[in-house]
Amino acid sequence: MQEIISVMKEKAAKLLAEGQVRCVLGWKRGEFFYESTPAVFESAEELEELVYDDFCGPNLAKYLIRECAKEGKILVFAKPCDTYSINALIREHRVDREKLYVVGVECAGNLDVNKIRAKGLTGLVGFEDNGDTVTVKTLYGDETFEKGELLLERCLCCKGKEHKIADETIVLNEENTKTVGADRFSEVARLEEMTADERFEYWREQLSRCIRCNACRNVCPACSCIKCVFDNDDSGIASKANTDTFEENMFHIIRAFHVTGRCTDCGECSRVCPQNIPLQLLNRKFIKDYNELYGEYVSGEDSESKPPLLTFTQEDAEPSIVKERGNC
Amino acid sequence: MKKIKLSNASALFEKIAETRNLYVPTKCEHSVEFKKFGEGELTYDYVNSGRSVKDFYFPQSENIVDFKVDGKNIEILPSVEEDLDEKYVVFGVRACDAASTKILDRVFLTDPVDSFYKTRRENGIIVSLACTRPAETCFCTAFGIDPTEPDADACAWISGDYLYIECNSDKANELCAAIDSVCEDADASELTETKNNTKKILDKLPLADLPLDKISDKELKELFYSDKWLHMSEACLGCGTCTYVCPTCQCYDIREFDTGHGVKRFRCWDSCMYSDFTKMAHGNPRLTQTERFRQRFMHKLVYYPNNNEGIFGCVGCGRCVASCPVSKNIAGVIRELAKGGKAE
Repeated sequence: MQEIISVMKEKAAKLLAEGQVRCVLGWKRGEFFYESTPAVFESAEELEELVYDDFCGPNLAKYLIRECAKEGKILVFAKPCDTYSINALIREHRVDREKLYVVGVECAGNLDVNKIRAKGLTGLVGFEDNGDTVTVKTLYGDETFEKGELLLERCLCCKGKEHKIADETIVLNEENTKTVGADRFSEVARLEEMTADERFEYWREQLSRCIRCNACRNVCPACSCIKCVFDNDDSGIASKANTDTFEENMFHIIRAFHVTGRCTDCGECSRVCPQNIPLQLLNRKFIKDYNELYGEYVSGEDSESKPPLLTFTQEDAEPSIVKERGNC
Repeated sequence: MKKIKLSNASALFEKIAETRNLYVPTKCEHSVEFKKFGEGELTYDYVNSGRSVKDFYFPQSENIVDFKVDGKNIEILPSVEEDLDEKYVVFGVRACDAASTKILDRVFLTDPVDSFYKTRRENGIIVSLACTRPAETCFCTAFGIDPTEPDADACAWISGDYLYIECNSDKANELCAAIDSVCEDADASELTETKNNTKKILDKLPLADLPLDKISDKELKELFYSDKWLHMSEACLGCGTCTYVCPTCQCYDIREFDTGHGVKRFRCWDSCMYSDFTKMAHGNPRLTQTERFRQRFMHKLVYYPNNNEGIFGCVGCGRCVASCPVSKNIAGVIRELAKGGKAE
């Protein structure tokens, strides 16, 4: 990936120097090889710190809301899946298309450091990308894995390598135009097969781990309310801790409902959850449902079309469908 | 010091569990957590527990009092949690978490004493377990903590086929009978090799060299007004992950819940990352995420040490480092602040 980073830096530096953009939104390395922090770059000198590699998981789209509130144009680097979020935010008038200069960057899939840890590895100090395999260097020895074993959940179910919005794209490796994603609804289907009691049990186990850190909400590009109802004292439901099981369940279910049709399944919620709750499954359940009820809709595929729950047609499913289908 | 064959360690745990509820590191789906002995698979294979030991004496939420409203009468009812009087032992607490209890004690056990915290602290015996496989995110040594010699009521080590245990406090004497009945005598010298092996790794930890002395040397105002906070906080999402996984974060909020026929008053963890943190009648003193971000690190690195003989309010457990969604953490903040730079 060394090559692409120099192309990215060159491109960004040029646009900054020409005054075409005010700033550049990209990623910066943290303390470790796997840490990529979203960052705003305002000069060629700052751009030296720009990184782009297997660990640039964070979706930068949400930062555009803040940056768009300022003067000037923003160059944003976007992986294919990030472009869906950018489109969705434009559709919702949360970011201004005129202020964006979207540079689509190729993506070979992002790796999940938690999957490396789950392999029993600790003391992670180095990393080598050998193409199909990766070598993780630790204080206790090195180990090599198939890349597929360490991919983020969202990359296992990759939506596609095509950038849905871009002023230009940087794709150097043809391999990175091919999509190799598994069916993202298979796990949802497995849960649907369960009895209501089993499913309730499954979700209780998952959601009981929630610590209400709000990371899922704060990272979510679709959760863009200026003041969330759960932060608003006047709402009567503001809360900083789950004080009972009802709150544990409802916070996530209400949140998933709220983003239904707008969620692009970017998977940031499950990536950031410190308690490893598979939150993407709630979103995918709703996506699967509206696809079945209202016809296929892919949020973020463009920046104009209205999500199914924000439109009404005579052909829409009647509410009674829920009853007919049984355990929904 | 005593020892027992690892293969037979459950005999020791069973003995201890006869008198008190015993919590041991237990394998969970994605992490290792303290669970009641016998209710899951015990494991020694963990860098640290997912949830910190703080949960035992400063739970995320706890009831304080109930008010029953009947017409114009208000009845005040005590509403203590059932587990407040639970006598317990936690086994397997790492040195960082053991040190975190001392930091919290200085907050909750000084006047005015927090009676809930005090009760839970007194009811619990902490048995620490020395580290042998520290992670890259560990930096307890930067705070002068020795993970091979964890400081707690009792201390345990694993070396070869044996589990070693030693009682350090009067509180832990209660465990002696149980330990004596199943363990054999041991000598601390048997642990030297294991400790030395761990120390070799500690020297290589990438965060072990955090320049904390450079922070201590600086004036509060110089750090507070540093122009670096804006840049450092720009990626911060304002979620509470760092504060909720932290073993030393101590801020809480008192909230009330309308039950329909009264009020339930409870306290729950608060997070300086949240927009309504320390919100008062006049409004909120920290209006931007930058100010809230600064608060967290100033509290741990400056305010707490200023009020507590220079002791930092962080123990380097690394949980926040591993779990921040955008990899913005105290290690990077320490390095950045230590570099110095322009102050406004």
